[in-house]
Amino acid sequence: MAEKIVIDARGSFCPGPLMELIAKLKSAQVGDELEVLSSDKGSATDIPEWIAKAGHQIVESREERGIWHITVRKMK
Amino acid sequence: MKILIVGGGMGGTILGNNLARRLAQEIKASKVQLTMLSASDKHFYQPGLLYLAVGAMMPDELYRDQASLLEPGIDFHVDPVEEFLLDDNQVKTQSGTTYDYDILVIATGSRPYMEEIPGLAENAEMFYTEEGALKMLARLREFEGGRVVITVGVPHKCPMAPLEITFMLHDFFKERDILDKVELYYTYPIGRIHSLENVAKWATPEFDQLGIKYETFFNMKEIDGDNKILRSEEGSELEYDLLVTIPAHKGMEVVENQGLGQNGWIPIDRLRLNMEGRDNVFAIGDTTNLPISKAGSTAHFEAEALGENIASMVKIGQSVRDYDGKVFCFIEAGKNRATYASFDYLNPPDPKPPTRTVHWFKVAYNQLYWASARGLL
Repeated sequence: MAEKIVIDARGSFCPGPLMELIAKLKSAQVGDELEVLSSDKGSATDIPEWIAKAGHQIVESREERGIWHITVRKMK
Repeated sequence: MKILIVGGGMGGTILGNNLARRLAQEIKASKVQLTMLSASDKHFYQPGLLYLAVGAMMPDELYRDQASLLEPGIDFHVDPVEEFLLDDNQVKTQSGTTYDYDILVIATGSRPYMEEIPGLAENAEMFYTEEGALKMLARLREFEGGRVVITVGVPHKCPMAPLEITFMLHDFFKERDILDKVELYYTYPIGRIHSLENVAKWATPEFDQLGIKYETFFNMKEIDGDNKILRSEEGSELEYDLLVTIPAHKGMEVVENQGLGQNGWIPIDRLRLNMEGRDNVFAIGDTTNLPISKAGSTAHFEAEALGENIASMVKIGQSVRDYDGKVFCFIEAGKNRATYASFDYLNPPDPKPPTRTVHWFKVAYNQLYWASARGLL
């Protein structure tokens, strides 16, 4: 059973939510789901853009009271 | 009360001096014992390595005797910790000594993790150690032209380093009068040339003006050293003549091996800086898992907030402030110019155009740092 890893990147301007995700994905297992919490609206576009390039998968993307919750699955 | 600081880098040293002054009376009355354990008798000014790699500083400018930087109230020992016995409020050291504590602060820093990428250690130059910076300087001095690829791992120490080394390499080759034979090719893991959007907006036209090429969404996968090819996770390939890397980092081995945090990053509360599940164990500087810059200034501002809180816990039994995520980074921009980025959890940076004044202040800060470590600046 793959585990879900939460990355709390709220308030992270540098390195930022996407860099935090890239770092955490490296040590995750194939099939793991990672949920990024971001206060940066840019995450709603730059995370899916990178996920598509890198060959992973977006599971869910939603905004809740100014915080974006973006869940991705490691595919390789 | 026994306060134990593990680590004699920027964070540990600033915190120790801060506490020694705030708790001077309690230390004098033997109500507080303030101890620092470090792996070295030398204090190392890590930001100087960037300058060492291009011959702008010398190794002896990067070190001071650690004891000379510390307030007299600090009981300092060169005795690296080998075991953290958090349930017993103890650490065990290389010498076989056991240290008890009431409050523990872990400030052991981070280390470059070249082994993560196949072929990186054997084929790339990096400046995150003295040995690496000097080797890189030698390579730069003998380089006669070709494509120089700058490649970036995550997470890495000093978020401005990728831009800074690129600007500095441009100046270096210009001064050697071989710039027309050199192609600088910068890569970056996300979809712009720096993680800070405003910094990327400023730096992109600077790169364009200088003729520095760049490729974004580029995360290292492997290096084929025989054919001098760098491959990315995103599927692209780059040929290089000289490969310069800002490598991914990990926390220190003892932190990782003791299971205090994945990849050696200790999970902490972003406001109180205490380790998750522990009220009397704190971490500052690179060694935390906070989603903010791994930089000396982060350690500095965390140390000041934590110093105030630990002192108030001793004096009135409670903390008095939260760490607000403050970070301040100089950005060397080449041509003797620099700017800076200042930000916190709530406020993004808005870097101004680079100036010579800020560059010379940064050069001055390379010396003023020793006053900063003493807690005087």
